[in-house]
Amino acid sequence: MVKGLKKLARSQLVFPLFALLLLVIFNLIRDPSFFSLSITTNNDGNTVLSGNLISILNGASELAIISIGMTLVTASSRGQDISVGAVAAIAGSVFVSVLRANEVTVPIMLLAFLASCVVAVIFSAFNGTLVAAFKIQPMIATLILFTAGRPIAYWINGGATPTVESPLLGNIGSFIPGIPIPTPIIIVIIFVLLVSLVLRFTNLGLYTQSVGINERSARLNGINTAWMKLLSFMILGVCVAIAGCIGVSRIGLINHETLLLDIEMDAILAVAIGGNSLGGGKFSLSGSVIGAYIIQALTITLYAMKVSSTAVKAYKAIVIIAIVVISSPVVKKYALMLRDKLVKRPTKVTENE
Amino acid sequence: MKKSVCAAAVCAMLMLSGCLSAEKPASDVSEENLILVGFSQVGAESEWRVANTENMKATFSEKNGYELIFNDAQQKQENQIKAIRTFIQQDVDYIVFSPKVETGWNSILKEAKDAGIPVIVTDRYIEAEDEGLYTAYIGSNFRQEGEKAVAWLESLLQKQGRTNDTINIVHIQGTMESSAQIGRTAALDEGVVRNANWHIIERQCGDFTRAKALEVMEAILEKTKDIDVVYCENDGEALGAIDAMEKAGLKCNAEDGVIVISFDATRLGLEYCLAGKIALSVECNPLQGPYVHDIIQKLERGEKVEREKYIDETQFDCFTITQKMIDSRPY
Repeated sequence: MVKGLKKLARSQLVFPLFALLLLVIFNLIRDPSFFSLSITTNNDGNTVLSGNLISILNGASELAIISIGMTLVTASSRGQDISVGAVAAIAGSVFVSVLRANEVTVPIMLLAFLASCVVAVIFSAFNGTLVAAFKIQPMIATLILFTAGRPIAYWINGGATPTVESPLLGNIGSFIPGIPIPTPIIIVIIFVLLVSLVLRFTNLGLYTQSVGINERSARLNGINTAWMKLLSFMILGVCVAIAGCIGVSRIGLINHETLLLDIEMDAILAVAIGGNSLGGGKFSLSGSVIGAYIIQALTITLYAMKVSSTAVKAYKAIVIIAIVVISSPVVKKYALMLRDKLVKRPTKVTENE
Repeated sequence: MKKSVCAAAVCAMLMLSGCLSAEKPASDVSEENLILVGFSQVGAESEWRVANTENMKATFSEKNGYELIFNDAQQKQENQIKAIRTFIQQDVDYIVFSPKVETGWNSILKEAKDAGIPVIVTDRYIEAEDEGLYTAYIGSNFRQEGEKAVAWLESLLQKQGRTNDTINIVHIQGTMESSAQIGRTAALDEGVVRNANWHIIERQCGDFTRAKALEVMEAILEKTKDIDVVYCENDGEALGAIDAMEKAGLKCNAEDGVIVISFDATRLGLEYCLAGKIALSVECNPLQGPYVHDIIQKLERGEKVEREKYIDETQFDCFTITQKMIDSRPY
């Protein structure tokens, strides 16, 4: 038990979990009913769960999915992809164009999703090629699509904001009849399970880390480092396509200017809050996912406190500065020193064992 | 190797940015008599805006004696300033633009004035330190639109005999400090002062988009479901708010549910109005092209023009709207 606790204390998850706990406690003190769940009936006659907790889990879905891909890219390429929002707009536009060209049925939805995946992977592979083969810094390489991505989506949509009216699409964006949990949450759970299975049964995680920690020694050990980097970008492409399609499904329309706007910054933050080094190497996907939920919990808390939606970002920035500074190595070292000074009784530990 | 790649990337980016700013090269070889108009549109954030763009493009066609240089600013004031500067360099005859925000236009307007190019502001107002910096303004009277909506709500509540009941109003605002937001908000505020039983219980910014309105409305519904009226400042926001309310099990209906008030009267908005979900949509007419055309023709003939011209607008409510009315609209 003590060993387990000690292991947890050393793990990089301790900080994000602590931050989440702090947010929960703050909300419980502020308003104990904040986390209350209620069962309501929506206008389609479905019995559904609602409450702030559901809003947080539901609202963070796109961010959680993208932050998974962003973690892999960060780990392998030692940099971040800042074009994810723009590529999501392209993926969403492709999704909508396919849906609009056909009668919306389940196979067509799958086809549209696959098409958007393919397009997003192609664009991400373009980023990946610049990074892996041409050795351009990730932020510079992805700056190209960051600038050009939304105009490309604009061109796909013909300058308009096309809509899709279909109950099937609503099922993805809100609820499937008979299931009281919002579909985006279910998609995140399935996706996280899939990714963790892949990491468990393949060398993906190990290889990605070794490329990020020491590229030269990874290559000497027979790992195709360029391919690993490219692969991580392509996985991010799939994440971006899923997130883009969820975003479109929520409101049944594609607006290339606002779909997942500024999500790249939130995704990078989620990775950082999750205790991952933005300099690559070792990573923890669960940390990033928790980071994503922390960001959304913060937003919902601010809304509950009647902060204007325009001002939310400024308040978020303050909290995030605090989180990042507290988790910085300098502060951590200082905190450890302080603890050693205060609790200098090594004998007590042996007593317990 | 590395250097050449970097150089290639830089070239590619320069080309990209070049494409954006100069879709058409300077056309000093334009056919005689064609009036060269530079139009800087703010973006394509809503159906309304798209209809506005289409109308402008249709008006300034070669058939009508114009050559149009169109620029989409992608919601950025910097892009609009850059576009106007490009128009000045290309020596256009008229500059037309729909400003992103009300302030910050003085220096670029001075540049246009120094070049002797008349500027016509459309859709949203600007604050210029010197009135002479632009020639004319064409657009909607947002304050009046808001007043129409408030008056309609007053008469509806009177008809329903709810003049003494507490009316809880949720107010979803448009992009803060935009002309439409200022005018429509001011009208509602006045209505609340006039009617002691009206209470604004929540006020949030929905940025004129469906996605943002959905998000803020969901947050509001977590706090209270005791809502009588939702006053949205455009159709997109109304649609988002309705999505959220329906998910939460609220009925949007003017007779025995939440009264949703909206602006713009886009096709989708009117379809919701026909279905009874939007109680009232006050028109904000995007067909500004002919009005601009009119002003340019007057200026060409050397006549005086009105400095401010409001375009004609109507309103649609769920009790009187018909499919025919929707079908007869050009957008």
